[in-house]
Amino acid sequence: MSTETQEVAKKSEPLFSKKNRRLMTDPLNENNPITVQVLGICSALAITVKLEPAIVMSLSVFFVLGAGNVIISLMRNLIPNRIRIIVQLVVVASLVILVDQTLKAFLYDVSKQLSVFVGLIITNCIIMGRFEAFALGNTPWKSFLDAVGNAAGYGAILIMVAFVRELFGSGALFGVDVLSWTGIYEIGYVNNGMMLLPPMALIIVAIIIWIQRSRTKSLIEE
Amino acid sequence: MKFIQDLLDKARPAVTTGKLKPLYPLHNAIETMMFVPDHTTHSGAHVRDSIDLKRTMVTVIFALVPALLFGMWNIGHWHYIATGESETMGLMDNVIYGAIKLLPMIIVTYAAGLGVEILFSYLRKHPVNEGFLVSGILIPLIMPADMPLWMVAVSTIFAVLIGKEVFGGTGMNILNPALTARAFAFFAYPKSMSGDSAWISGLGGEGIVDGFSGATALSQFAAGNTAPEIAGHALDMKNAFLGIIPGSIGETSVLAILIGAAILIYTGIGSWKIMFSGVIGALFMGLVFNWVAPYAATPAVSDFMAIPPHWHLLYGGFAFGIVFMATDPVSASQTEKGKWIYGFLTGFFCIAIRVFNPGFPEGVMLAILFMNVMAPLIDHYVVQANVKKRQKRAQLANANA
Repeated sequence: MSTETQEVAKKSEPLFSKKNRRLMTDPLNENNPITVQVLGICSALAITVKLEPAIVMSLSVFFVLGAGNVIISLMRNLIPNRIRIIVQLVVVASLVILVDQTLKAFLYDVSKQLSVFVGLIITNCIIMGRFEAFALGNTPWKSFLDAVGNAAGYGAILIMVAFVRELFGSGALFGVDVLSWTGIYEIGYVNNGMMLLPPMALIIVAIIIWIQRSRTKSLIEE
Repeated sequence: MKFIQDLLDKARPAVTTGKLKPLYPLHNAIETMMFVPDHTTHSGAHVRDSIDLKRTMVTVIFALVPALLFGMWNIGHWHYIATGESETMGLMDNVIYGAIKLLPMIIVTYAAGLGVEILFSYLRKHPVNEGFLVSGILIPLIMPADMPLWMVAVSTIFAVLIGKEVFGGTGMNILNPALTARAFAFFAYPKSMSGDSAWISGLGGEGIVDGFSGATALSQFAAGNTAPEIAGHALDMKNAFLGIIPGSIGETSVLAILIGAAILIYTGIGSWKIMFSGVIGALFMGLVFNWVAPYAATPAVSDFMAIPPHWHLLYGGFAFGIVFMATDPVSASQTEKGKWIYGFLTGFFCIAIRVFNPGFPEGVMLAILFMNVMAPLIDHYVVQANVKKRQKRAQLANANA
């Protein structure tokens, strides 16, 4: 009931009004799904050893979240409240199967590296969280913007972590041995094996949270 | 020392009120390092113990000196065995070779660790304290002699930053900083920290006797050899007690560590309860392994399980860890009953990891770090048990009244 009145009021709103833009920019910093809401941590630990799978994973999440948010938002007035979780699961599972099959068909190597984690997008808390918290109560366009923002916030952290881990862990970026060009291996430099282990991803995420919290005023706790 | 005092006095107005105020923590640090601080209590209770943080730290450093000196000699001794020159080299040659290896490590550790500490004292605006004094000596002593200096520096920076400053600095850390540095080095640079060639200095270089293998006693045990030796030098119980076996710089000599332990226990700085129950825990686990040895999966594992429990105390880093690391007053259990549990489990897990996991020939590092994490939990339950006991007593007294 209340949503309907809101929709009438919003008909006149421009596509990228200030409010709508905030839907996209908030999850990048002040409401980041990983560093502030601490969702989707498992995949952030598992697939950030190298940049390539991290980027493919971010794009997959972007596709699933974007399409899912719009579909759920379109159906939001039809879904009976009691079975909404099942409906959400069906939507996200169908989308994930689409992504998984596409990856297997066109990016087989990356798909092997991501292994079960593509399938586990279904259980990624960010996606169910956005369906529940946003798409069920907002229009498709807003839901899409929200998906863009959250997927970008998720992807940004993933890529940052993967950049550090691949550069210091295997001395490479996108599989290219960048550090061997600089010649530091000759003077005794050794790649840091701990970067390749999942605990280091947790520590890097923690350091990002630390830096973010000390720089963003609204996040500083008393 | 007079001129340093004069210099500091002269600089005092500038750093307390004048332009150079940001340098005050540094001024304060130099002053407390060089002189007895003239702080007096201004309010509250005026009875104070003479033992402050600095004196505690300095006592631990004194306790470490025997292990440090012996470690220097031991590096040289094994290096010259590897090169086949041990007959011609005297005591001083060994010590000099060891000093050349060890002193740069100590300097680099202090520079890296204090650098991070000073940086944080500026960011957090508190004076630099003595928290790093002991860690700076401990870190080189638990590294292999040939560890590249930059790896020592990176590990130290990681340990001080992630192990200590993140949690709020000295006294707030969950994990022992020195062991954090070693764990980081172990997982980050496994080639320099494990394997048969890591523990004797110079094995990667030239002039090594053909076919020389530097496998430590523990890794030979793990391979099923119960009479370990290197190039004809037996790694038997006597040599293990004296410390004439390859290993991390300061960990080999049980005798030197016992001298340190005596100093720590006599001054009351290290908890004898942790050390004693740690030894009990290790012996207990060794005995359990003796019982189950016949059922082991392979003959090699069975032989390792069957070695006498007291051998476990002499080899590897157990003695060093339980005396100097497990007793760290910040990261260990705080309650007296908790110390018994904490020490026992540290010894228990140390031997369990050592024997069970072929990936870690030595288990004391992981055992202590694991128990560091568990220490607050142990304390919680000890305190709760005490609360319950007293509540019951109070209820009983009320009922009787």
